Amino acid sequence: MTALVPDDANAPTLEQPAVEDIPRQVEDRPRRGNTSSASMGEAAVAAGAAVAGSLALRLVLGWDGIMGTALWAGLIFLVVIYLILRDRHGREPAVDRVVTVLIWSAALTVIAVLVWMMAYLTVQGVKLLRVGFLTQDLSSTGALDKGGGMKHAIIGTLEQVLIATAAVVPIAVFTAVYLNEIRGRMSTPIRFIVDALSGLPSIVAGLLIFTIWVVGRGFSGIAGSAALAILMLPTITRASEEILRTVPDPLREASLALGAPHWRTTARIVLPTAQAGLVTAVILGIARAVGETAPMLLTAFGADTTNTSPLNGPQGDLPLAVWKLIRQPNQTANDRAWAGALVLVGLVLGLFIIARWFGNRSARRLGRAR
Amino acid sequence: MVAVADEPRPLVQVRTRGDRVFRGLATACAAVSLVLVSLTLIFLVKEARPALGKAGIVNFFTTSVWNPSAGRFGVAGLLQGTIIIAGVALIIAVPLAVSMALFINEYAPGRLKSVLTSVIDLLAALPSLLFGMWGFFALKNRLTGAAAWLTQHLSAIPLFRLSNPKASLVQSSFNAGVVVAIMIIPIICSVSRDVMAQAPREQCEGALALGGTRWGMIREVILPFGRSGIVGATLLGFGRALGETIAVTLIISLSLDANWNILERGGGSIASLIAIKFPEASTLERSALVAAGLALFLLTLLVNLLARRIVSRTATK
Repeated sequence: MTALVPDDANAPTLEQPAVEDIPRQVEDRPRRGNTSSASMGEAAVAAGAAVAGSLALRLVLGWDGIMGTALWAGLIFLVVIYLILRDRHGREPAVDRVVTVLIWSAALTVIAVLVWMMAYLTVQGVKLLRVGFLTQDLSSTGALDKGGGMKHAIIGTLEQVLIATAAVVPIAVFTAVYLNEIRGRMSTPIRFIVDALSGLPSIVAGLLIFTIWVVGRGFSGIAGSAALAILMLPTITRASEEILRTVPDPLREASLALGAPHWRTTARIVLPTAQAGLVTAVILGIARAVGETAPMLLTAFGADTTNTSPLNGPQGDLPLAVWKLIRQPNQTANDRAWAGALVLVGLVLGLFIIARWFGNRSARRLGRAR
Repeated sequence: MVAVADEPRPLVQVRTRGDRVFRGLATACAAVSLVLVSLTLIFLVKEARPALGKAGIVNFFTTSVWNPSAGRFGVAGLLQGTIIIAGVALIIAVPLAVSMALFINEYAPGRLKSVLTSVIDLLAALPSLLFGMWGFFALKNRLTGAAAWLTQHLSAIPLFRLSNPKASLVQSSFNAGVVVAIMIIPIICSVSRDVMAQAPREQCEGALALGGTRWGMIREVILPFGRSGIVGATLLGFGRALGETIAVTLIISLSLDANWNILERGGGSIASLIAIKFPEASTLERSALVAAGLALFLLTLLVNLLARRIVSRTATK
């Protein structure tokens, strides 16, 4: 079989109905027909060969690790299935099958890693997770004592993230409006700059706030908020711009044609239509910011006592507290860190689910608007 | 009387006061980003100057020393180390991420598709701290086995050799690279997925109608179409990997010299250097760390802008 060249003018013109007339399911039929009919049997043969071959190699060469055996098993499986299929159906379907196996395994690997990570976190984290963990701080708890919790850090994180969000959301949404609604002369350079900011390593954001703020005024929660704001700004701006772009133009034109000025059109038509999507963008930005650790090292600094004022002195921060505890070489501190991480991931997961929910609403709403 | 309608008249755009305020406000907000980037550059350069002056700009980038009391600083080894870790991460992440993107677009059945998109988004939202902790506690032992296997069986590749047979295999660049790879999979996957989803559907269906297999269609239509999108996504992932701090700091044991034996204990990372040294640094050392941060920022800036340019070029095509 020769390679397909999609744009080739010499390709045979087929006397067939126009592509639009073919129901989409047709896509699947030819492949099913020529490869999948007997493929269970073929797969079983190949799997048997793989297990037998790799075990034989393992015995003969005296390996003890699992890695080499697994790798060889996979390799033998692919080769055998390729050979069987090539023999039965030809080269092209055989390659297709092998690639399908590879792509499925890559996808399963990614999912398995995520599941493994979450399972590990849950197992480690529930050891110390009690109500007290959320309502006590570490001010009077020694490194090896039982009890104590993350109240100080949770309060700090919530305050810092709230302040950062309050500061950044208007700026980000207005920037998105500038980029997509006003489309002013500065659009291209602004977009360039937002891209530049989105690549800012989080530790460099911390360095920046340190040199501007902390050097003169000392560590504080609000310095942490400033660093978070810098990191959230490009994420939320870009996402909001994408959302505004999905608002259909006829809505804008209808509003303008009725005599509404530009700002009213934006405030009463465009933003409400995009509202749910904008909320999703903001929540995803927050979820990202909640887990930031590196800039906090240089700004909020962390504390073991509850400091409810973000303006005065070092303030605790959940990821920062986890980071400090996990680096201590003692089991109690590490257990505490894992429980803290579980709370942190719970927070991120909760935000993520809320964002999904709003995202679905937004999709429905925009669907109606069209 | 002359008909007024026949006279061409100037078209003047009249803006209400509300509109002028609205435009002014939006422009001011858009300018914030501009101010931020300029502030970053100005402050970092200003702060970095004492250390750069003392150590010399050329020395700063060509030597590998960190001696604050003598005022001698050099990040050559650390820069290489940063790139090594990001490189390892890319080699592992790109095939997995592109396969995942193709899987979601072309292979996954309908419902699985939206679930997997959510899974990838979730992976992107998880804190890097979690990846680091998991990499240090859960993955470390398994990776040591993998590293031992690699160095035993593939020592023909210089990167997999050890400087001495007894070298420790934990806390290596390889170890950090694997964890960073998992962190950058989501960004590479979602960007390349978006680009590849735009491959013209008629050409895909044409390829199948001509008797091609699914892989034939991917190879001849989707991959050529999405090539620059994948390159751009890879660069974006590279930029993310270069700046990763927390996960890398948890895993590697920091070494100032470039360690090209990637399976061996010890690796470099500028972000880790800053995270580890900054809290207890003296004024001059702080300045040197800011200089290192500036170098990192410029590197990621370059990579990122290049990536965005490549991605947006395909997106508009």
